[in-house]
Amino acid sequence: MITYETTEGILTVSILGEIDHHTAAGLRTEIDGIIKKHSPLCLILDFSKVDFCDSSGIALVLGRYRLMRSLGGSVELTGLAGNVSHIFEMADLKKIVTIH
Amino acid sequence: MKELNQMTLVFDARSVNESFARVTAAAFLSQLDPTLQEIAEIKTIVSEAVTNCIVHGYGDQPGTVRLKVQIYEGRKIRITVRDRGKGISDIPQAMTPCFTTGNEDRAGMGFSIMQGFSDRIRVRSLPGKGTTVVMDKYIGGRDERSSL
Repeated sequence: MITYETTEGILTVSILGEIDHHTAAGLRTEIDGIIKKHSPLCLILDFSKVDFCDSSGIALVLGRYRLMRSLGGSVELTGLAGNVSHIFEMADLKKIVTIH
Repeated sequence: MKELNQMTLVFDARSVNESFARVTAAAFLSQLDPTLQEIAEIKTIVSEAVTNCIVHGYGDQPGTVRLKVQIYEGRKIRITVRDRGKGISDIPQAMTPCFTTGNEDRAGMGFSIMQGFSDRIRVRSLPGKGTTVVMDKYIGGRDERSSL
C-alpha cells in the first residue's frame, strides 16, 4: 500500500507495510501509474513506514530510477532505517539515487 | 554439535507464502530471544531463499518449498531451504552480485544478502533436480545486548 502527495514537480510516495517479491508487483504498478499521471521532476520514495524489505525493494528502486531517468527526472530516498538501510547499502544505491 | 530443537515447514511455491515462511521461522527462533536486528536478518534471508525457489526454481510451474530451521548448542541456528525445481547450472555465477536470470524486477542481490546476513552459506544444486541452500547463523540475543 502507498500514499502520495505531489507539490511543484516533486512526487513523494510513502510505502506502507512489507516489500517482498509478492507485494512488489502491486507497488510497481501503483507507483508507475502515479508517475505517468503526474510526470514529476523528482520522485521521493519514503520508507519510514516499511516494516520489512528484502532485495525486492532494491529492484523496486532500480526500476523506478530507470523510469524516472527515461522521463528526465531523478529519484531520492528517505526514511531509511535498520535493515532497509543495510540492504540498500549492500546494493550501493547511493551511486544512482540521493539518500536522505 | 548437538541439535536442541527443529521445525520443518512444507508449503506451495506461491509468492503469498513468502511472508508466511519468514514469519514462521522468526517465531520459532524467538525462543533464543534474538535482537530486533537479528530477527530482521533471519526474516530477510528466509525471504530471499524462499523467493529464489519460487522465482528461479519453479518459475511459473507448481511445486513445493521445504523450510527447515534447527537450533544447535552454542546459539547456532541452521536454516535450510530446498526446492525440487530446475536447479542452478553455474552456482558461482548465480551468487555474483547483480546477476539474475529473472526479469528487470529482480535485483540479483538475493545471494549477496543471504551471505551478508548469515555466518555461513552453502548451496547445493543439480540441474533438473532442484536447489538446497543451507545458512548457519549465531544468535547473540539478549546476552549480546547486555554485554554492549
